[in-house]
Amino acid sequence: MNLYEMTAHRLHDLLARKEITSRELTESVLKRVEEVEGRIHAYITLTPDMALEQAVAADLRIQKGEAEPLTGIPLAVKDVICTRGVRTTCGSHILENFIPPYDATVTEKLKAAGAVFIGKTNMDEFAMGSSTENSFYGPSRNPWDLDRIPGGSSGGSAAAVAADECIVSLGSDTGGSIRQPAACCGVVGMKPTYGRVSRYGLVAFASSLDQIGPFSKDVRDTALLLNAISGHEPRDSTSVDLPVPDYTRALGGDVRGMVLGVPQETFGKGIDPEVAGSVREAIEVLIKLGAKIVDVSLPHSDYALAVYYIIAPCEASSNLARYDGVKYGFRAGGGEDLLDMYQETRWQGFGAEVKRRIMLGTYALSAGYYDAYYLKASRVRTLIRKDFEEAFRRCDALILPTAPTPAFRLGEKVDDPLQMYLSDIFTIPCNLAGLPGLSLPCGFTGEGLPIGLQILGNFFQEEKILRVAWAFEQNTEHHLRKPIL
Amino acid sequence: MKKDTSLCYHFFKPSLGDPKMKISGQEVEHVALLARLKFSQAEKERFTTQLNSILEYMDKLKELDTSQVEPTFHAVTRKNVFREDQVLPSSPQDLTLSNAPDGDRGFFRVPKIIE
Repeated sequence: MNLYEMTAHRLHDLLARKEITSRELTESVLKRVEEVEGRIHAYITLTPDMALEQAVAADLRIQKGEAEPLTGIPLAVKDVICTRGVRTTCGSHILENFIPPYDATVTEKLKAAGAVFIGKTNMDEFAMGSSTENSFYGPSRNPWDLDRIPGGSSGGSAAAVAADECIVSLGSDTGGSIRQPAACCGVVGMKPTYGRVSRYGLVAFASSLDQIGPFSKDVRDTALLLNAISGHEPRDSTSVDLPVPDYTRALGGDVRGMVLGVPQETFGKGIDPEVAGSVREAIEVLIKLGAKIVDVSLPHSDYALAVYYIIAPCEASSNLARYDGVKYGFRAGGGEDLLDMYQETRWQGFGAEVKRRIMLGTYALSAGYYDAYYLKASRVRTLIRKDFEEAFRRCDALILPTAPTPAFRLGEKVDDPLQMYLSDIFTIPCNLAGLPGLSLPCGFTGEGLPIGLQILGNFFQEEKILRVAWAFEQNTEHHLRKPIL
Repeated sequence: MKKDTSLCYHFFKPSLGDPKMKISGQEVEHVALLARLKFSQAEKERFTTQLNSILEYMDKLKELDTSQVEPTFHAVTRKNVFREDQVLPSSPQDLTLSNAPDGDRGFFRVPKIIE
C-alpha cells in the first residue's frame, strides 16, 4: 500500500516506530496530488513548501519522542478557515487575494500538534451550496465519477480525502456541508455539537449554525481529529466550557444494549431506492450487532428546509455585510461615490447563489417581514429542537440516510436552487438543533457511487455516535474501498 | 445626482400587486439597495422569479400554530460571556492594513463620505 493511501492512526504508528519519516510521507502525498489534482481540483491553494518545512520539523519532534497522534500527518483545510500568511478565499472572488493576518483556533491547534498543511480546499462560495459548483474557482469533481459533484459546500475537503490527496481534512457544516460531501465521496465526515469546536477564525456564514469538523478515511481518525480541534476557547464566546474526553476511548466497544431510533419520516421523501435499500441493510447489520431499533418520529421534519432557508440567509446577510471593499478583499474601481463602491464591489465580488441568499435574508429581516419570516422560522426551530428532545428520551442515537440521492451530475441542479436545497433535507435539522452528527459509508449504488449512513446524537454525545459508527465500520468493508483514479 | 443613502432607514410597505407574487421587481430593487447590491435588468428578472418560488415554498410555515412557542436563536445558549476588562495586545497597524485595497499613512482610504 502506498503511504498516501493510509490512515492517520496507522501512519502515526509507522512514524513513531521510525519506519517512515514525515518527509517521505509528505512527499508521497504531494506526488499523489500532482498525479490526480488536475482531474479532481480539490484544492484552491497548495502549500508544498510550507508542508515540507513542517514535515522536517515534525521529524525532529518524532526523533525526540515527542510525537502526538497528528504530528507529521499531511492534512488539508477548507478555504473558509483562516491560515496566517496563506491565502484564504472562501471560494469567492471577493477574497481572492485575502491573506489572513492570523490563524483560526483550529489552525493553531493543528500546528501545535505538528500537522503538515498540504493546502486549502475548494468549496461553494462562502459555504453556500451542496455541490461545490458555486466556487469562483470552478467545481471539484467526485473521485468516484469525475462527471459528478463531490457534494458541498466542503466538496474539496471530502474529495481530497477520498482521492488520498491528504490523509485527513477539515471542513465546515452549517446545513450538512461536511456530512453530505462525506456521503457523496465515501468518507467519514462529522459535525460536532454546536460550541464543541471554536469558530474563531472560521469565516462566518450563519453564526448560530456553523461548526468545523473532520473528514477522514475511518472512524478512528475522526476521533483523533476531534480530540485535536475540540475545546473551550475564549475568543469564540459561543464555544462551550466543557471538558474534552478522549474520543478514541469511545471506540473498540460494541452496540449491544444500545437503542437506535429510525425517524419514520425518512423513507417517504423522494429518497432514491438504492439509498433506502442500503440504509435498511445497514440497520440490519446494527441489529445483528446487538442494537435495538425503535421507530421514532420527528413530526416537524417537513418544515426544516423552510426554517433553514430563512434563518441561514438571514444570518448570512448580516455576516456578509462586512465585504464592502473598505478594509480587505476586492474593491471595484471607478465608482462615483461610496454607495457606488459598495454596490459595484459586492455585485462583481459575489456569485449568484451568495447574492440570492443575501437578498432572501435581507428581505426576511426587513421591516414588515421580520415577524412573518425570521421570527416565525425561529419559533418553528424550537419545535424542531423539541422533536429531537422527545426522540432522544427513547433512544441513544438516530439512524437515517445522509442524503436522499447519491452524487448527482455536474450541472444537473444549478438552474433550480430549490432542487439543490433539497439535497440537505436529512442533514439540516441537526444544525438547527445544534446536535452532533456523523456520516460514514454504508454501501454503493449499482453504478459504484458511495452511499452515506448518518448517525445523530444528543448534545455533547459524540462518544455514542463514534461507538455506533466504529462498530458498524469494523463489521463492514465499505471503508476499505477506494476510487480508481 | 446625489444618491439618497438614507433609504436604509426607510420603512417599505409591501406591494399590493399580484397576490400570487410574493415579491415584486420594485421590492427586489429596494432589498438590493438595503443589501448594497445591484443587478442588471436580466439578473433582476431572474432573481425576482427565483426569490418568488423560494418564498412560495416558505409559506409552508403558515401551516403551523406557533403562537405559544418561544423562538430559538441559538442552539446552545450561553449568557453574558464576559472577560475581565484588561488591555490585551491587538493587531499591529501594518498587519491590519496588509490587505487594504487602498491604504495611506496608516489609514484605509475610501471615496468621500461627506460632501
